[in-house]
Amino acid sequence: MSAAGTRARGRGRGDAGDVLVVQGLDVTVREQMLVEDVTFTVRSGERVGLIGESGSGKSLTALALMGLLPEGLTATGSVRVDGVRHDLVGADERAMSRVRGRDIAMVFQEPMTALNPTMRVGDQVAEAMLIHRTRPNRKAAHSAAVELLEQVGLPDPPDTARAYPHQLSGGQRQRVVLALALANDPALLVCDEPTTALDVTVQAFVLDLIVQGVLDRRAAMVFITHDLAVVATVCERVMVMYGGRIVEAGPVQAVFTRPRHRYTQGLLGASDLAVVDDRGRLATIPGSVPAAGRFPAGCVFRNRCAHATALCETRPPWTATGNDAGFACHHPADAADAAPTSASEGRQR
Amino acid sequence: MTGSVPQGPGSDADTDPVMRGVAATAPAYPAPAGIPVSPDPAAISVRNVTRDYRRPRTSVLRASEPVRALRGVSFEVAQGERFGIVGESGCGKSTLLRIISGLDHATTGSVHIEGTDLTGRRDRQLRFLRTRLQLVFQDPMSSLDPRMRVHDIVAEPLVAQGRGPSRERVGELLEAVGLQAAAADRYPHQFSGGQRQRISIARALAPRPNILVADEPVSALDVSVRAQVLNLIADLVDELDLTLVFVSHDLSVVRHVCDRVAVMHEGEIVEMGPVADVYDDPQHPYTRQLIAAIPTLSKALSGTTAADLTRETSP
Repeated sequence: MSAAGTRARGRGRGDAGDVLVVQGLDVTVREQMLVEDVTFTVRSGERVGLIGESGSGKSLTALALMGLLPEGLTATGSVRVDGVRHDLVGADERAMSRVRGRDIAMVFQEPMTALNPTMRVGDQVAEAMLIHRTRPNRKAAHSAAVELLEQVGLPDPPDTARAYPHQLSGGQRQRVVLALALANDPALLVCDEPTTALDVTVQAFVLDLIVQGVLDRRAAMVFITHDLAVVATVCERVMVMYGGRIVEAGPVQAVFTRPRHRYTQGLLGASDLAVVDDRGRLATIPGSVPAAGRFPAGCVFRNRCAHATALCETRPPWTATGNDAGFACHHPADAADAAPTSASEGRQR
Repeated sequence: MTGSVPQGPGSDADTDPVMRGVAATAPAYPAPAGIPVSPDPAAISVRNVTRDYRRPRTSVLRASEPVRALRGVSFEVAQGERFGIVGESGCGKSTLLRIISGLDHATTGSVHIEGTDLTGRRDRQLRFLRTRLQLVFQDPMSSLDPRMRVHDIVAEPLVAQGRGPSRERVGELLEAVGLQAAAADRYPHQFSGGQRQRISIARALAPRPNILVADEPVSALDVSVRAQVLNLIADLVDELDLTLVFVSHDLSVVRHVCDRVAVMHEGEIVEMGPVADVYDDPQHPYTRQLIAAIPTLSKALSGTTAADLTRETSP
């Protein structure tokens, strides 16, 4: 039961099964480039991670997809979603409000701000279906809402449906937000750090629910996080962002065991708490992520990279290593090289 | 392994946490003791501490049930030890930290810092504590006053203790945490999250404390910066011979930083022991669940899915 399959296709862009096609997406504020030339495709049933540190442009990319960029920021390029006849970039608010919540839905980091504090959660989930007229009447929408609350594992769904957001815990609120997002069986689910504010045991349950919800609907998912382990657990494919660009992309297994871009390599080294030097210290990337617009020209990572040369002052071209896979680095780590991180369970100390 | 875990007189055998390798040697402390006479007292000694918070009345007829934030917590941290406290939100770890730091009082039980009892002391009588124990908080933005220059922030503990702030001392501290002395003239907003956390650490080190208490110091930081700050904390603890109490929800960070760890759940320590033992061979069901729920790269790359994380995998 493919949600995408039952809908009218977009104007024949890409292959069958392409749910999201992003081409040359830029986000700019005045003269500054915040997101530059982002291009990727997500197919039906695919779970793709977008990782990067704060300030890398990953959340702006998500907001641009949803048409939710703050005032003053402009997106250019092309974003096509299966089932929507127009380009999402440059679409007016009326057109976007028909797309959001029906064809694409989003789960945000902070469940409290994503919910209306003055409305019962059941009504909020029902409202999402009534606005898009996917249920014939209020009664049907309400019983569908209760069913959705049950699907996301909330205790006593009819009772929880009558609760206000403040009466629920953080994990429960995030489950409600997920129920809301899945209410109209969207073709694309965008998750922006959905579990960052949650405890680990709660995180595990919410991640499981997200994956289940996406699998059941054969929807496509873009999952944004700074947590490499979460992305590796949830996604099949990953894109690494830094300085507003995708610097490396590929299957999770390949990117995380044999990173080619020096930034990916550094990120993996720094996040691996099991590998330490002889003094017991972790590997680090020198310096910190520059503020927006302060990234160096050419390769955005060159001011923190140990391998940088004069060549890196020119922008590295994208080297494709396969379908949806590649990297943009003048001095890539050798493909045959073992990763700096060990995928073994053993602790080396 | 130095911790002698006091088994309080009221402790019940079945609810006792798993205390690895200490139960056999632990001396039974006499009931709520005065100041210990031990020549080399533990850096921190916590005995049977409970903390109840009152809730507002919901009935005219009777008072509300109190919130039992801590339900009898006992442990000791030896001088120079790196002690981790792990638990999820609401487990009481922050309450425990506030009590150890003299920011809150235990309802019952006692806390000794380097042999001095904190019980029943007023704020004014806790001044000695500020020279011995200092805190680093989670959010480096809200724990630094945005209107103060970095120099004044770092010097503030010295001023508060009536020791004049010296320009050299502040410069020295900033350099110790990997910032330039020139940073002293700038404001917190001019720094990144990692740099602000360094300023916070410099401030904590200003009065030359023996004990550093860090409450989730790297939770708000990016991966690449987290490694830098963890390394800095490890360097400083080594160089300055500090005793470290490191609180985190992330067991893998605690495993890297600490020698020994206490796992807290619902106001109690459910398991305590050397980090490698607790991590590799957890005894308490809650610890097992906690460890199973942590997503790691190596687990994920060997095929662990989100559904697997929710299953409590026993070793």
